[in-house]
Amino acid sequence: MIDKRDAHLSLAFLTVSFIALFIGAIAGLLQTFVRSGAIELPFSIGYYQLLTAHGVLLALIFTTFFILGFLYAGISKTMGTLYDVPRRTGWLGFVMMTFGTGLATVFILLNKATVLYTFYAPLQASPWFYIALVHVVVGSWLCAFSMWNQYYIWKSRTKNKLSPLFSYMAAMTMALWFVATLGLAATVLLQFIPWSIGWVDKIDILISRTLFWYFGHPLVYFWLLPAYMCWYVVIPKIIGGKIFSDALARLSFVLFLLFSIPVGFHHQLLEPGISHTWKFFQVVLTFMVIVPSLMTAFSMFAVFETAGRKKGARGLFGWIKVLPWKDVRFFAPMMGMLIFIPAGAGGIINASHQLNQVIHNTLWVTGHFHLTVASTVALTFFGICYWLIPYLTGRTLTPRMNKLGIIQTIMWTAGMAIMSGAMHIVGLFGAPRRTSYTTYADHSQAVDWIPYQVAMAVGGTILFLAIILLMYIAWFLAFKAPKGVVDFPVGEVEENAVSTPVILENWKLWVGICAALILIAYTVPFWHMIEHAPPGSPGYKFW
Amino acid sequence: MHIHRYEKIWLWSGAVCLTLFLLIVGVSAFAMGNQPPSHMETIDPEKAVTTPPFDNPGFTKVGEKEYEAVMLAQAFTYTPSKMSVPKGSTVHFKVTSTDVVHGFEIPSTNVNMMITPGYVSEISYTFTKPGKYLILCNEYCGAGHQVMAVTLEVTA
Repeated sequence: MIDKRDAHLSLAFLTVSFIALFIGAIAGLLQTFVRSGAIELPFSIGYYQLLTAHGVLLALIFTTFFILGFLYAGISKTMGTLYDVPRRTGWLGFVMMTFGTGLATVFILLNKATVLYTFYAPLQASPWFYIALVHVVVGSWLCAFSMWNQYYIWKSRTKNKLSPLFSYMAAMTMALWFVATLGLAATVLLQFIPWSIGWVDKIDILISRTLFWYFGHPLVYFWLLPAYMCWYVVIPKIIGGKIFSDALARLSFVLFLLFSIPVGFHHQLLEPGISHTWKFFQVVLTFMVIVPSLMTAFSMFAVFETAGRKKGARGLFGWIKVLPWKDVRFFAPMMGMLIFIPAGAGGIINASHQLNQVIHNTLWVTGHFHLTVASTVALTFFGICYWLIPYLTGRTLTPRMNKLGIIQTIMWTAGMAIMSGAMHIVGLFGAPRRTSYTTYADHSQAVDWIPYQVAMAVGGTILFLAIILLMYIAWFLAFKAPKGVVDFPVGEVEENAVSTPVILENWKLWVGICAALILIAYTVPFWHMIEHAPPGSPGYKFW
Repeated sequence: MHIHRYEKIWLWSGAVCLTLFLLIVGVSAFAMGNQPPSHMETIDPEKAVTTPPFDNPGFTKVGEKEYEAVMLAQAFTYTPSKMSVPKGSTVHFKVTSTDVVHGFEIPSTNVNMMITPGYVSEISYTFTKPGKYLILCNEYCGAGHQVMAVTLEVTA
């Protein structure tokens, strides 16, 4: 077990993430009911108010807090107990983030910030909402600094020793987060806050959207990379195999840093004010991100096959049978990986220059990210909980909890298949996303969409039951499970794998290339947006 | 750096696929002109209703089976609200917003674009099948977002 003080820091993050997950899940359930026309909300709660809560609490709060808790535990495990300064900075970050989360939640519940988690200008929330989010982001930066500080001290004390793979990946994940959130911080600090307080009258919408999406796409890789960390480092240990190649794992993380940031325009393919040449350029860069995902897919299946063959599996696919399907620590992330195959294919469609025209802002997109973040990432995170919570609390994963975890995973997979499947299909028919119940004055096409929205509610209900089950398991593992020792599974590298080139730890080089790519992809169109800007817009509160 | 032979094959076939996808998308975009709507014309959003052609939004015939629809998107409706064309007509939509961001979409066609205040968005479409086409807003614009729609009738 890691140092108690580090375990407390990690558990603090996990606790907030679970509270956010629970509230966000309630909002999600109610949304599917409203959207299918089954209920109307009482107490003049708005559908879009719930949608804002759902988006902020799940996409930003649950993920970020969970990731930080997971990374702190893994860093403490692989590089040793946190040094004093990194731990103190981590706590400071936690306090700031939790304060920001609470403040944002209050203002969303007061209906003062119904601008969705993408807060599209010129819809204008209360300044406190934006100030709250600044606390979340700056708090997360403190955590990033604290992790890099730990990494730096460790490196200088061990002299040229290769850093542990997990900690390297953690440092890279936080680098990606930091570079990406610079865009978010810029639009919130320079545009939204002065404008919502009233210091300036108008806001430039296109610039705010561009800065938001500069952050908005790497955000999805910030969710994905910790899941990849579990796949690369943890899963090989759980299935009794070895890490396929340390060097390739690091290389794939470098490629994610390089290619996931300068790609935001593929979220803006259908908007005016950005020339199609620049859009296409970023589409090409977007496709590059697929390469490290292909590397990950290969590595994972190579690990599965070699581990299976070592156990005596025969034939082309015999190794599949000997994988530990009854171990939830493997089963949940594995379901996530399998779902990532269709999810990734959908992503390629979304990013394809013209195909975007068919699905942009339809329920297809909602279906897509419920397969990626809400299935692939979430299932991997659930899988992590089953050993991380007992590890941090000094308890054990009992066979009964393991079984409930398997049931939870099956429910989640089935619920998502129904909900996301319906979203994908009806999205292709043109049903818009982020829209309350409507038949557009009984237009025949919109009426035909309703059965799919009912299917979404059925899937949503199963998902909500799965969340309740998860909450029970997490509570049991934290407080009731028998005392004992479980380990943080950290895989070892295959003996005959090549040694890792030193260049992969050259941070100046990779961050420098990343910055250069960002400048190439954004400078000209951004300059154009400033030079040819239309007059800005005043704020509107249409809710 | 050494890379396993099978992984090389896997990555090369992946890279070839991606290049092929991009080639198809690129040829379609640059040789056949299938570009997403990316118009650069700007307008003062607060004066849109007094700026031509949006001071007189409407539906006009500009040629044989060719129409121009000059439209205002505002919470929570589109102006004009009634449009009708014979089958086989091409409609040039020219849309701007007077307030917040909207999304202009006609389900079961490829008409789909963002309407950002301060910019003019344009798209053309040829309606080959008769019917009542729904023009809806697919970008959250406030509490009445779900009712924001008008219809365009294509007569046989």
